[in-house]
Amino acid sequence: MSVVQNFPMFSIVLGLLCAIACFAAPRAWGRRITLALLLLSGVMQGCVLWYCYVNQASYRYQLGHYPAPWGSELTAGLLEPGMGLLFSVVMLLSVIGGGRHVGHDVADGKQHLYWVAVDLTLAALLAMCYTDDIFTAYVFIEICTIAACALLAVREGGRNLIASVRYMVFALIGSSLFLIGVVFTYAVTGQLLFPQLRQAVAALWEAGTYRFAMTVAIALMTAGLAVKSGCFPFHGWLPDAHSQATTASSCILSGVIVKGYAVLLIKIICRGLGAQVFMATGAQNVLLLLGLGGMVWCSIDAIFAKRLKVMIAFSSAAQIGYIFMGIGMGTAAGLTAAVLQMVSHAITKPMLFLAGSQLSDASHGRMDFPSLRGAGHRNVPAGILFTVGALSMVGVPLLAGFVPKLYFAREAFALGWQRWPVLLGLAASTVLNVLYFLYTAVLIWLPQEADCRFKPVKPHWDEYLPGFIFAGLNVAMGIHPGPLAALIDRAVALLGR
Amino acid sequence: MAKSDSPFRCWLRGELDLSAQLQTAEMPAPPEGERYEPRHHPALIRMIARQSHRLYVALVAVLCAVLFTVLLLTAANLPAYGDGEAPTNNEVSERYVNQGVEETGALNAVAGMMLDYRAFNTLGESFVPFAALCAVTVLMTRGRRKHPLPPEADYADYYADPIVHTMCKVIIPVILVFGTYVLVNGHLSPGGGFSGGAILSSALIIYAMVWGDQRAHGAIREKTVRRTMALAMGFYVVSKTCSFYMGANGMPNPISAGVPGRIFSAGLILPLNVAVGLAVCCTMYSFYMFFRRGAL
Repeated sequence: MSVVQNFPMFSIVLGLLCAIACFAAPRAWGRRITLALLLLSGVMQGCVLWYCYVNQASYRYQLGHYPAPWGSELTAGLLEPGMGLLFSVVMLLSVIGGGRHVGHDVADGKQHLYWVAVDLTLAALLAMCYTDDIFTAYVFIEICTIAACALLAVREGGRNLIASVRYMVFALIGSSLFLIGVVFTYAVTGQLLFPQLRQAVAALWEAGTYRFAMTVAIALMTAGLAVKSGCFPFHGWLPDAHSQATTASSCILSGVIVKGYAVLLIKIICRGLGAQVFMATGAQNVLLLLGLGGMVWCSIDAIFAKRLKVMIAFSSAAQIGYIFMGIGMGTAAGLTAAVLQMVSHAITKPMLFLAGSQLSDASHGRMDFPSLRGAGHRNVPAGILFTVGALSMVGVPLLAGFVPKLYFAREAFALGWQRWPVLLGLAASTVLNVLYFLYTAVLIWLPQEADCRFKPVKPHWDEYLPGFIFAGLNVAMGIHPGPLAALIDRAVALLGR
Repeated sequence: MAKSDSPFRCWLRGELDLSAQLQTAEMPAPPEGERYEPRHHPALIRMIARQSHRLYVALVAVLCAVLFTVLLLTAANLPAYGDGEAPTNNEVSERYVNQGVEETGALNAVAGMMLDYRAFNTLGESFVPFAALCAVTVLMTRGRRKHPLPPEADYADYYADPIVHTMCKVIIPVILVFGTYVLVNGHLSPGGGFSGGAILSSALIIYAMVWGDQRAHGAIREKTVRRTMALAMGFYVVSKTCSFYMGANGMPNPISAGVPGRIFSAGLILPLNVAVGLAVCCTMYSFYMFFRRGAL
């Protein structure tokens, strides 16, 4: 076995080990340990991705001395290390970009706990990507939930405590629904590992026994993950949570964590249950409709938002609607578009949060739109980054946000009755996006009032570096999406094997 | 035209004068002597709020009833408990039961399954209390107020009570011994890290309750708790990583299962149980102290 094949296990375990190190080491070390971990994890995911790409195959990694149905396993194809790489890079850039705010928002005595939470989040997300065992998935969902709560609650003041409690209640509802689904699945199949589970579910569905229990189990697991990633009618927690956290946490929560649950859902559908059985329950139509609802409803909410970060957070909820719409299309091309949407959102939304918080810093920390008027003149790099992000979210060609919309629209023509709802939803959502994102992008470049109280800030270039990397990735993905789309196509095809 | 005067540069600096284009209609001043009238009637808003709250409660009730019925129906549809034909009685549980003792060396099949066959799950599970400890610390140390309860008021002084005080002196060592027994005997009899750790922590909590927070704070230092926790979890992660690595790369297990039934048997299961137990004990004691006095 090649050394590279051990990297998924190493990166998960390293995340856990670094969490302990941050907990016990002197407080000043937490940040350095976490940065090293994120960098190393990115490198390891890159190696695994390269290995799987060269071999054009996925492999299974046995954890311990017992083979599949008895012991646990990890699996790595192209999707898993690809998403792992994305998560590591986005978290690294978010932590660098929001570093100054962490120092400011988090009390000195709790800094090391913040880094513990970041490390645990990374380990849990990687485990959720790589796992081939539905119960391991549940355990790491739980770790991710608790760590995300800590990431959110670590900032003091404002509505933060309310937001944390709300987030925790919704997240626990999601976990318990998922757990009940896992229990029902295990009771009727007797398997926990994805490949064995898929065979058992297929046999069960063929025979027609326990069909009701299996349908309920699938519905509960899907609903649980949908609640946790903030799919439309369950998105009530999302705007508060994403807007009240410190900047780095906002980037991680919106850019990475919600996608971890979506990746897990895709894996469970394709590997654990089998797409055929999932489609037969009709759950994918529900997901499609919920996704469409989210795209329109949350965009309308975003228009009426009174503060910048709340608006960006509502836009996240709308963008998550696109992901669920893609999963709900029920075709391989739909899944490809959904994964493209995850990538494009993960490299755009943290950039918006970073630039938004820098713009608000240039307005004495105020987030309301009247105060932000002309903020782009006071902080030109942040204004440029925000404008690029806003244009990408709207779906202007040559930027990342355009790519998934194009793929969704193209795939819609291959669908049956879903064709017109999808196309209309895409059109409506794009128009609404134009309303609120272009409004903000114009607002920050309006001339300042003559008696403006806010002074221009001197740019610190190291703070803008992550933003400019995000912008560069955005433009690269927008100009040349072909290789990425081909890679994701291949990854989705490997997933079902 | 001078370079600094180009309209684009003016605009970029925010000095371009667009006041004529940005004129908005001024609100007409209210006539003198007229009282301010709110645009919305407060009574109407209250009524709408009440009605929507009622609607919300009704919808929640309907949703709960539907979920309740569906879950009950599903549970009734599941294979009966103890049914020999149930799908859970397959090759997986068969091997755990029949070959578990031979392969893991643990007489307690649950311990063998948790810490050997499916050790990756348990690795994750033992990080759940750790993550919870960090989250609780973050939440309970909010703000400047250190003590959620006033230090020496409002609660019973158990130390002054001769019965409680004397009984605790007897009971605490017994609890500690029992907890240790459950912990180190986890691979031979029902018990193990999670339950043993909970029992151990109950002794510490009783000590803190009766002898007072200050005394417990002096006896069990914050540094000790943190170091124990870190050492236990670190040992768990490192030893399990070696075991995963060797298993995946086809190397034989260097630690033999030993003679089943002996106290030093079952390979890594005994030290892992001790590590999990210490971590759980530290977590539960810290929870108590955080809720009690806002610090360890």
